[in-house]
Amino acid sequence: MNIFETLKIALSSLLSNKMRSLLTMLGIIIGVASVIALQSIGQGTIDTATKKLEQAGTNLVTVQPSTQSVGGIALSSTNANLTLEDATAMADTTRVSAAAAVAPENTSGGQMVAGSKNTFGQIVGTTASYPDVRDVTMSNGEWFQDSDVSENKQVIVLGSIVATTLFGDGSAAVGQKVSLNRTSFIVVGVMNPKGGSGFGSLDNQVYIPVTTSQTRLTGRRPGGSSTTGRTISDIVMKSTNQNSVDLLISQATDLLRERHKISGTNDDFKITNQQDQLQAAKDQQATYNTFLIVIASISLFVGGIGIMNIMLVTVTERTREIGIRKAIGAKPFDILIQFMIESVTLCFVGGLVGVIFGIASSSVVDVTYQHTVVSGTIVIVAVAFAVIVGLFFGIYPARRASRLNPIDALRYD
Amino acid sequence: MIEINNITKTYWMGDVEVQALRGASFTVQDGELIAIMGPSGSGKSTLMNVLGCLDQPSSGSYKIDGEEVADLSENRLAEIRNLKIGFVFQSFNLLPKLSALQNVELPMLYAGLYSRGEREERALNALESVGLGGRVHHKPKELSGGQQQRVAIARSLVNDPAIILADEPTGNLDSKSAVEIMGIFQRLNYEHGITVVFVTHEPDVAEYTHRIVRIRDGVIAHDELVEDQKFAYLPAAQHRFSGSGEHLGRLALTET
Repeated sequence: MNIFETLKIALSSLLSNKMRSLLTMLGIIIGVASVIALQSIGQGTIDTATKKLEQAGTNLVTVQPSTQSVGGIALSSTNANLTLEDATAMADTTRVSAAAAVAPENTSGGQMVAGSKNTFGQIVGTTASYPDVRDVTMSNGEWFQDSDVSENKQVIVLGSIVATTLFGDGSAAVGQKVSLNRTSFIVVGVMNPKGGSGFGSLDNQVYIPVTTSQTRLTGRRPGGSSTTGRTISDIVMKSTNQNSVDLLISQATDLLRERHKISGTNDDFKITNQQDQLQAAKDQQATYNTFLIVIASISLFVGGIGIMNIMLVTVTERTREIGIRKAIGAKPFDILIQFMIESVTLCFVGGLVGVIFGIASSSVVDVTYQHTVVSGTIVIVAVAFAVIVGLFFGIYPARRASRLNPIDALRYD
Repeated sequence: MIEINNITKTYWMGDVEVQALRGASFTVQDGELIAIMGPSGSGKSTLMNVLGCLDQPSSGSYKIDGEEVADLSENRLAEIRNLKIGFVFQSFNLLPKLSALQNVELPMLYAGLYSRGEREERALNALESVGLGGRVHHKPKELSGGQQQRVAIARSLVNDPAIILADEPTGNLDSKSAVEIMGIFQRLNYEHGITVVFVTHEPDVAEYTHRIVRIRDGVIAHDELVEDQKFAYLPAAQHRFSGSGEHLGRLALTET
């Protein structure tokens, strides 16, 4: 019997009991949909992180605090040991000649209110050299100055997206008041857009003098011998050119070891360049992808077991029908193909429906929560995998059907 | 023409050996209308399964149109069932989700010999020949028992088989429909020379045939012509089968 006729027979069987077909497909649908949706969220996260890194340019080096450990045992429990003084020392070009510009970052999250509008975002305490480090240009007004920093002035620069959210237009923002956690700041400038969207983009942040941020926002007080009064989140530096990145890292490392009185290499900080970070992001993606594939395989496997169960039930229910077909001349192979096509069709259709749901869920997340990127490759692989599941789990029931003895089968019921 | 020669069939029921057939032999000429009769346990059903190539004999020879079928592979048996044998069952055995027309076309699908148009034409002709030209798209549940059996008969004809095997074809029908069905078989036999073998335990059915083969304890006990054959199709009454093997032309299932 030709394939086309068999396909028609298989399809009409599936359509004749839509509810059962749908319930059987459910495992496949959920498996495929979750693979696609989760993959797109993961890819979106990586893309966002990558874009943010790319915004910063290839000469960027970041110094972050880290926990010290000896023989794998952590010595300190806090991460807070980078200070503003460390940043100031880094800016000394006699010690760190490979740095073109250095700026501390003291980051906290907070509510930003202007009149009746408000938004939530990252508040970055930094210095006047920030624009040089991060290649920032202004669309309105200007960045704050060294004197603003030394005098703990309450001035603020807005990222372009924040400016639009709070004031509608950047040009209207300069001179206005913005409240950060109920402390009032005056807008002195608005940044040109740097690109990127969502969490972590420079355009979604606001910038204030680091001293002000330490005194007013993060509750840390200067003075005293403990370091907790002056800590910052990280230090960002731009190297003088592409080739001096490694030199910059080594100079900065030496300086910090000296300042933190570290002998040997047990650093309480870590320095990464943007390349490393990109690689780390990609490694994370690879791990995530592997994890995803494992989960998806389990899910599709379970779906396949469901398919096999239902096909076995179907074969038993249609024992009489199989007997009749064999009596009028169906060969065992004809019966095998008929049931294989049914199970593969179930899985293929389930796969397609899963793709639709997966893409739809991904779009919902993209609109409401974060950037997502659907991968065409993953869609094709997921559907192919579903079909393979159909083949693999359909074989056993189909063989049972093809081997029925027609005499016994005709007596069934 | 079919020839059975010394067929035996032994099978196991648990650890008891059952000899269902112990050397049955007979011959059916083209164009005959015969009944195989026997009580239960006589081997009648086993004989029918062997005749229908649903089962194979343990020993002996079974030839259809000169071809030995006793030792064939499963695939070959399926082909023979498809092309050389037509089945009519007591409980009709139509596929409930297919229309009458689709049911009748089914053997041709498995034969792979005809195009889509040819299949439809042959099926429609077969349905015409059993008097169901007007209900071809009905599903079995929309047809009466007699009508369903007619569909089954049309299905059995559609690949031009050498013989039609009818297992208690009137068993599930009321008396009026039963007579109509026997009339259809007689008409097909008389007008088109189609060979029909009934397997039955009802004397009423057997009276419509011209020859009765009686089986008992796994062997043929009697084989004789019927003296007072009944006719539900009256033109056939004029010409009783002479036993010479002539037939009057096969059913024309395509326009020539």
